[in-house]
Amino acid sequence: MWTSAASPTGPDSGELAERQSRGAKHVPPWFRLFRSELRLVFCRPRNLALLGVLAFIPVALGVLFKLSLSGPGGGGGPAFLNQVAGNGVFLGLAVLVLMLSLFLPLAVCVVAGDAIAGEASHGTLRGLLAVPAGRTRLLAVKLASIVLFALASCLLVVGVAVLMGVVLFPVGRVTLLSGTTVPLSVGLLRVLFVALYAAAAMVALGSIGLAASTLTVHPVGAIAAALVIVLASEIADAVPQLSAAHPFLPTHFWLSFDGLFRAPVDWSGVQHGLLSFAAYLLIFGAVAWARFTSADVAS
Amino acid sequence: MTSRDEVVFGRPARAAEDAPRAAANCALSSAGLSKRFRSGQLAVDSVDLAVPTGSVYGFLGPNGSGKTTTIRMLLGLIQPTAGSYEVLGLPMPDGLPYALPRVGSLVEGPGFHPYLSGRANLARQDAADRTANPATASARIDAALGRVGLLAAADKRYGAYSLGMKQRLAIATSLLRRRELVILDEPTNGLDPQGTREVRGLIRQIAADGTTVFLSSHLLAEVEQICTHVGVMRTGRLVFQGTLEELRGPGAGRVVVRTPRPELAAEILGGELQLADVRVSGLEVSAELGSILPETVCERLVKAGVPVAGLETPRRSLEEEFVQLTGEGFDVD
Repeated sequence: MWTSAASPTGPDSGELAERQSRGAKHVPPWFRLFRSELRLVFCRPRNLALLGVLAFIPVALGVLFKLSLSGPGGGGGPAFLNQVAGNGVFLGLAVLVLMLSLFLPLAVCVVAGDAIAGEASHGTLRGLLAVPAGRTRLLAVKLASIVLFALASCLLVVGVAVLMGVVLFPVGRVTLLSGTTVPLSVGLLRVLFVALYAAAAMVALGSIGLAASTLTVHPVGAIAAALVIVLASEIADAVPQLSAAHPFLPTHFWLSFDGLFRAPVDWSGVQHGLLSFAAYLLIFGAVAWARFTSADVAS
Repeated sequence: MTSRDEVVFGRPARAAEDAPRAAANCALSSAGLSKRFRSGQLAVDSVDLAVPTGSVYGFLGPNGSGKTTTIRMLLGLIQPTAGSYEVLGLPMPDGLPYALPRVGSLVEGPGFHPYLSGRANLARQDAADRTANPATASARIDAALGRVGLLAAADKRYGAYSLGMKQRLAIATSLLRRRELVILDEPTNGLDPQGTREVRGLIRQIAADGTTVFLSSHLLAEVEQICTHVGVMRTGRLVFQGTLEELRGPGAGRVVVRTPRPELAAEILGGELQLADVRVSGLEVSAELGSILPETVCERLVKAGVPVAGLETPRRSLEEEFVQLTGEGFDVD
């Protein structure tokens, strides 16, 4: 009885017809759910507002830099800022460094913390699980959408910033931190790598947010928890007495991408960073999975 | 079908012993299903459900009696702490991915994304179903919206829906595909009388299509009107399970005769007809009917010269049964 009933044979006639009409427009089921998830994340008014803010800040910062650099007493800003006057491409990096301290983590925490807890608070989680969407499958799709959101926000920030740099500042061959000069195309490619590296950092943070999201039915709680982890980590990273613990902090390697602007490329910082991000993704992904696949859904 | 001898008033129905037999033609069945929350509270206490295929099963009980917790267990949302259950003949939780696509459900009120339209919300539900055919999705979504009368409001934001529309959209999710079983948890909660009527009509339609309906409710009128079978929960225990007829009273109940000559009537009822428990109060005589038909009683009385002013076989109201089963504090509204 189990075997015959377990295989999805013996469906009603409607389902047979459904299956026969399949083929013309074949969409794999996981992709359907993923597409639906992307629509949910990227069409939600709140998230669009977040992306709007992420796009606006580089514009504002670009104008601000232009004003401060052309005025008396220019320079002395954050890393890469001094290079901006010489080459607009560096605006992408300067802006990214600034945005990584608050705005980018905030945006990613909002989306990640909302992933499961948001569905629970809307009462949509029980509906999805009763479909059944499958808990592991739903979590994987949620993580994938967080990855895409992190990627989109980092590329958006860097893209708008570089665009502003091109508009407001002179652009040409890029002088690297090591003093060597490379063609503009190579310089832009390196900026792209930096954006991807920052996205990887945000994915690691997103996995922390996702894990927090499986622990509560209040999205605000999950978002706040993830942000508190970011702030606590940044504070601990600034305390020299804790230097032994620094490499294990989630935010420690977020800015370790300057090696990409040397010739030859110094990979050590980036490698350590990616290793740290992968470890965080693995640990908190596992926490989220263990929690979500076993928890009672009473929301 | 549940046989008559399974009906035990004031005690859990004896479905456990019959579980293997019952499961064969049951859309839902459970044996010893229990849930103890981490707080120590025993929310569901060895429930033995037997929901016959094709029935409209009313799952009754006061608020907090464990109805929703039981439904959540049946749908795999929460894990039972003891017992086993089957959905559409498949043992759970292993059969969950195979059984649930054939089950439509509405648990504890509608839950949708407020900034998405009704149609987009249904599309999301359908996209989550890996066994649904994407090619027919929009046609099926429109059909489901049409059945609940929401086509005109399909592209409105869900957040702007009235409570009745929200409830109907929730029912529409269970109509996205042909289902063998529909589980509805208080589908008329918070609806005005008109909305209640509409939803009741929908449930009748669903049942008429041959779908088994498992309807949780605390509205007696609702259950009385549309259900064929009833299960009654009280503080986590299933205190009654059977058909609506069985709930209304064992046997045909009592016969009450109004007559100016009660003593003579009592003599006939107790003597000639040998009815049990003959009682006289004023001009009324009542007795337990047993297997004797009321028309026979009337005929004998008249033949014996008893002037019969009135004869009736009053049924105990469903409400009385429930109060007896679930105790005081049952919120009847």
